Amino acid sequence: MTTTELIWTVIFMALVTYLPRMLPLVLLRDIKMAPFLRTCLQFVPYALLGALIFPNALYSTTSVPSALAGICGSTILAYLRLNLVIVVVGGILCAYIWGRFQCVIF
Amino acid sequence: MPIESAEGAALANRFETGATFSQGLKAGLPIAIGYLPIAVAFGLLARSAGLSLFLTVLMSLLVFAGASQFIAVNLIALGTQAWEIVLTTLIVNLRHFLMSASLSQRLAESLAKPWRSLLAFGITDETFTVASLQCQPILSGPFMLGLNLFAYASWVLGSGLGVVLAGGMPASLQASMGIALYAMFIGLLVPSLRKGLPVIIVVLLAVILQAVMNWAPALNLLATGWKLMISASLAAILGAVIYPQGVKDDDD
Repeated sequence: MTTTELIWTVIFMALVTYLPRMLPLVLLRDIKMAPFLRTCLQFVPYALLGALIFPNALYSTTSVPSALAGICGSTILAYLRLNLVIVVVGGILCAYIWGRFQCVIF
Repeated sequence: MPIESAEGAALANRFETGATFSQGLKAGLPIAIGYLPIAVAFGLLARSAGLSLFLTVLMSLLVFAGASQFIAVNLIALGTQAWEIVLTTLIVNLRHFLMSASLSQRLAESLAKPWRSLLAFGITDETFTVASLQCQPILSGPFMLGLNLFAYASWVLGSGLGVVLAGGMPASLQASMGIALYAMFIGLLVPSLRKGLPVIIVVLLAVILQAVMNWAPALNLLATGWKLMISASLAAILGAVIYPQGVKDDDD
């Protein structure tokens, strides 16, 4: 693609990303939702986080074992209620160290 | 600092209703720091796909949606047609529809439509989660602006930094950065599991549904965005059927 084509691609990407973000927030303001629907929406963040993490996280590094090491490391750190930054850096380090370790063994 | 180790990551911000801009910035700090390695990784990838600094930063400025940007850069590198990239982006980012609907019930009702249109741009998995997990029932405009702005600035700056740094970083460390996004999700989710059984059950349902869609024949052909939409909405609906009382708020 030429630079002009790429710029247009990015602009259309921006448009199709913005619309789903904007429409419910603007249009649902004055609508009183049924309690059942409100309860559903209350559960959405947790459901979404769960679905985002597993199983996609397994394929986020070059090997499943190193990704698993990262997942386990960050889960333990998060369970200990450590700062989010420590959880993220710890997860990266676990995945990195396990990846190196694997190279040495196999 | 809003986040103290004793308090737990995402649950720590016990602000009064009508939290201010600076409180939003504080709540956005862990996201901003968490985004940096991911944004740098994005910049590195964009550079290796042959994108210029200008295009990489433009994409982060205008799109501001990590997963879809990673996918788009991959597709560009593969020589995919523009309309396919745009369609994939739409599907991957449709999940924001759910988040936006969920947030529409939490934002102050007095908040006018232009404000809402502005705040909508900053909805990401992370800003949405941090906002949703706030203890106060009503989210104020300035609070959301502070939260989104800090995350946005970090994402844009990090992307640019990644392009500039490309080449200077060992490949094995670059590969390990892919886990950063998920480590952040885990850091947000795990402390919320203490909110009680309904949350745990909903998360388990979502994970099982997502795993089934990922590995079951035929279903695994669905685009990632559809899979996320289906498993998250089904899990939330099932959760509301099993637990009609919903999540117990700390403030109630």
